[in-house]
Amino acid sequence: MKQDQKKLDLKKLFVLLRSMFMLSACTFGGGFVIVSLMKKKFVEELQWLEEDEMLDVTAITQSAPGPLPVNASVIIGYKMFGFVGSLAAVLGTILPPMIIISLISLCYDQFRTNPVIAIALQVMRAGVAAVIADVVINLAGNVLKTRRTLYIAMMVTAFFATCVLGISAMVVILCCLAIGLLDLAWSLHKTKAKGKECA
Amino acid sequence: MELLLKLCLAFVQVGMFSVGGGYAAIPLIQDQIVNRYGLMTLAEFSDLITVAEMTPGPISINSSTFVGMRLGGVGGVLLCTLGCILPSFIICYTLAHFYYKYRTVGGVQVVLGALRPAVVAMIGSAGLSILLLGLFQSDLFHISLSNLRVVELGIFLASLYIVRKYKVSAVLIILGSGVVGTLCYLLPGLVGLA
Repeated sequence: MKQDQKKLDLKKLFVLLRSMFMLSACTFGGGFVIVSLMKKKFVEELQWLEEDEMLDVTAITQSAPGPLPVNASVIIGYKMFGFVGSLAAVLGTILPPMIIISLISLCYDQFRTNPVIAIALQVMRAGVAAVIADVVINLAGNVLKTRRTLYIAMMVTAFFATCVLGISAMVVILCCLAIGLLDLAWSLHKTKAKGKECA
Repeated sequence: MELLLKLCLAFVQVGMFSVGGGYAAIPLIQDQIVNRYGLMTLAEFSDLITVAEMTPGPISINSSTFVGMRLGGVGGVLLCTLGCILPSFIICYTLAHFYYKYRTVGGVQVVLGALRPAVVAMIGSAGLSILLLGLFQSDLFHISLSNLRVVELGIFLASLYIVRKYKVSAVLIILGSGVVGTLCYLLPGLVGLA
């Protein structure tokens, strides 16, 4: 029985490593891109994580130092298989860029001036944008479904702040953390008042 | 060996102090690698940024690999990259531990609940900027209809339709759009020649 479980874990561990590898190999354009790909993979396809959990993980990775994809891999790996999981996930994430850049650094000039590569990289952005759009439509829909004015307003404001005003993600996260703490204080206050009423 | 150790330490600092994602790391890398240790020239460094933008993967991993490869071969790559991820590994591992220990606590849920809409917004914002870059090769303040690239628009719409309707994996969509788009640009030229 125990033997079986261990075997199954190894299989899953390999799935984790392979998923991270594939996602990392296909991620152009910054941390939030890979987060939406991870959300699609681990929440929608494999169903290892809940949607809220993935958003929490994103907030944590954004607040911690270091490259976002690595941070997210550490946490997702930890959740699945503890320390070994973290190691496997990080390995999957860093291997593709390490291999690709090592190869490129050997033939850098040919790479930079090759027109076919330039076109392929440009059109792939459209594909990446489509995947993110899909993820965002789902996520934003769920925020709207909460029907909490506060959350919807925060989403719109945060979008405007990062997109138009160019405020850094870190600042936005910290502001929302402050709002969250106020929200907590307010809800504690309310339940206390309610408790008194009932008594 | 001494050089490699220096490099490793430099990237530990890059990993430790680059808060807030990819581009936050650029000035740090420049500071450590170009200004402080003189391991690369400024021209080489800007080449590095170009490569890092064109290839997948986080910019700090890309640069640690690039610098490591140039200065110390495969051993350099391993050491630099290890240095770069070590701080985030330790910090995130600790954070993950506490997150999973306390995430079911009611109060923590309320606070995390407030973070989620913002995260959605930031993913959306990142998505929008990559969409504009793909369709117009420009950012939000410099788009004009004359710059609209029709092939990319077609690929975007088709990919979005496919991904929403058939739940295809993201990797497949991205690779597929790369192949189809490249063919769209190259085929007319080939046919014209023939």
